[in-house]
Amino acid sequence: MPPRLGLPAETIARCRRLARDVADAVRRETEPFTTVSTERSILRLLGVDGVDADDVPIPNRVCDALLAAGRLPRGVSLWMGSALARGASSVSEAALRLTDPASAREIEPHPRWREALSPWVDAGVERVRGNRAERERRMARHPEDELPLLYAIVATGNIHEDVLQAAAAARAGAQCIAVIRSTAQSLLDHVPYGATTSGFGGTFATQENFRLMRAALDALEDELGRYVRLVNYCSGLCMPEIAAMGALERLDMMLNDALYGIIFRDINPLRTLIDQRFSRRINAAAGVVINTGEDNYLTTADAVEQAPAVLASQFINESLAKDAGLEPWQIGLGHAFEIDPSREDGLLDEIAQAAAAREIFPDSPLKYMPPTKHMTGNVFRGYQQNALFALTSVATGQSIHLLGMLTEALHTPLMHDRWLAIDQAKTIRANARHLSEEISFAPDGRIVRRGREVLAGAERVLEGVARVGLFEALAGGVFADTKRSREGGRGRDGVVARDPEHVNPFLEELTRTAAAGAPR
Amino acid sequence: MTVRSPDPGRVRAYGDKWNDGAVQVSFTLPLAASARATEAARQYVEKMGLREPYVALAQPIAPEFTFFVVYGRAAHEIDTQTIVAEEVEAAAWSRDDIDAEVSRRFGRRLLVLGCALESDAHSVGIDAIFNPKGFAGDYGLERYSSFDARNLGAQVPVETLVRLARETRADAILVSATVTQNEIHVRHLTDLVDMLEAEGLRDRIALVAGGARIDHRLAKELGFDAGFGPGTTPSRVAAFVLAEATRKNRSGDGDPA
Repeated sequence: MPPRLGLPAETIARCRRLARDVADAVRRETEPFTTVSTERSILRLLGVDGVDADDVPIPNRVCDALLAAGRLPRGVSLWMGSALARGASSVSEAALRLTDPASAREIEPHPRWREALSPWVDAGVERVRGNRAERERRMARHPEDELPLLYAIVATGNIHEDVLQAAAAARAGAQCIAVIRSTAQSLLDHVPYGATTSGFGGTFATQENFRLMRAALDALEDELGRYVRLVNYCSGLCMPEIAAMGALERLDMMLNDALYGIIFRDINPLRTLIDQRFSRRINAAAGVVINTGEDNYLTTADAVEQAPAVLASQFINESLAKDAGLEPWQIGLGHAFEIDPSREDGLLDEIAQAAAAREIFPDSPLKYMPPTKHMTGNVFRGYQQNALFALTSVATGQSIHLLGMLTEALHTPLMHDRWLAIDQAKTIRANARHLSEEISFAPDGRIVRRGREVLAGAERVLEGVARVGLFEALAGGVFADTKRSREGGRGRDGVVARDPEHVNPFLEELTRTAAAGAPR
Repeated sequence: MTVRSPDPGRVRAYGDKWNDGAVQVSFTLPLAASARATEAARQYVEKMGLREPYVALAQPIAPEFTFFVVYGRAAHEIDTQTIVAEEVEAAAWSRDDIDAEVSRRFGRRLLVLGCALESDAHSVGIDAIFNPKGFAGDYGLERYSSFDARNLGAQVPVETLVRLARETRADAILVSATVTQNEIHVRHLTDLVDMLEAEGLRDRIALVAGGARIDHRLAKELGFDAGFGPGTTPSRVAAFVLAEATRKNRSGDGDPA
């Protein structure tokens, strides 16, 4: 039981109501639209895959042809179903027919398109459900995981090299392996194809790379006596497509923030908020734990000043996630240990913020991010900051602990950088195992006062956002001092007004079956 | 024995005795931990030129990998008098000095664009120089009254940057290269220089690079006016921008300080 600050329950409840209002307004404003990326995700869940001779993914070809023909407003499902009803023998063949601009223009809606499409929808849903059941089966074979889960990043750019590094990290004690994406990928309006061996600052997220890493981690399960979770990044212009691919290849966690792409990648707000909903619906059905990205606010702006905005964003992310069908155990809320280490009592502020998050979101896993902003290249001081981070993590009952690297800001981690981080966090986790049960805070002390102050600040931020709505608030620069207008940013041209008859069969099916119940 | 004063013609690492050459190295060998692996590490360090290598740690970190920490003595000497190391010459001016001097020399604000290029998604470096809060207690360029400082953020295409530089008649461009893999940052930086030259803008704009793996010499080689390494404060960059803009503009009256 982590230590409690005794924050006022009525303030927390009011923040949740305000966030609920914000999420409701977002749903009303985004529901009239679909996006090219949402439609491409439907194609992927149907089983459409592959690229053409120019490496353009077939899902892109189909959506582009239908968009050019003015037929995307009714959704890819109608046209795929119609192509199948008119004799296409498989979804691949149906997709190939629709990549041709002339046939995309000329195909007539078939009255029995739903019937023709339905076995392919069922197969997609079955694969997503089957993967979820398999994960639960595998996890049930082993003892409960020790918390916080140790989360390591690999980022060589080459999936085969990543596999080697991931196996080393898992054997050393890492419980989650995240393959960082190539830095440009969030801005690509397509998902690359196949196994990839060159990337910049990371490795491309492709379905084949997902499959390779999944197989490598599964192969370690018997040796380690535990299931190693695989993580990737479900953000950027292809947010729901990555979710679909992750669901098809049994990824366990996805970075999946509602606002991150808007604020930090200048992706169109409308596009992102439409896409986040379907991506989260897929993640909900797949039993994936999402991680939100509030830690990023702290890397660009001051960690003490921004604490209320982080908490406000966590409330909003939680509301949007619940609205998309995610259960509390699936909503990993992000925050970070980013206060200037030279600040007097800065550690107390960190403890206050971490304990407040734990108390306010008792049923959600918390994703705790390491210091990055005040890592100077002094690796010894960096190792010390990471130790304080690990101790705070254990003492306040955090759930997912992203390992801090002593060489942060210098280069992508060397193999022994990662080992040193795992060893440090493991040692501190065991060494301070029951510390959290022994702590109680001075009732009106600095830590409790700071917790209340952050919560009160978050309430003010949420009042402001709820008053004007999320789109206006983003335009006003409420998060991370960054202003984003509703019509600005990348990918706006991929937003399409839906025809009243638009259908997303997966949204219907996954919404129906979402309440399948939560595993541990 | 008295401690010797520095001899600029003979410098070695200092551990706890003058000229002992004490050095620590750490690395991983792709070998399973064993006496042979430890001996391999010792010989490896010896081949680096370190004498009496002493393996302090041989830690298995994966089935076929061992991490070593080794101490030894580097007998090499460096003659510091023959060293050429370029450092940006920028006076240690305060924000107030710079603001006053820009207004005196130019009678207008200097327009400064900043970003990280192409695949570089890290804005931490450019933010440290631009954001009002700045870095290490030194205010960022957006806080200067004498700069129209525009932080374009990360992942800005070279082409976009050059177009903006032309349209805004920018006086200076600051590029941050935070993370490097396969030397990709070098390619983006040279692309920028090439495109500015092709557009005939290069001579009018003070061009500055910064980042963890950037130094002044590398930046000069790539065709920049200056390069700043980690730990650089905004006011140092600001002072350089003032000096370089003055030189390029010729409307002022010489370098500061």
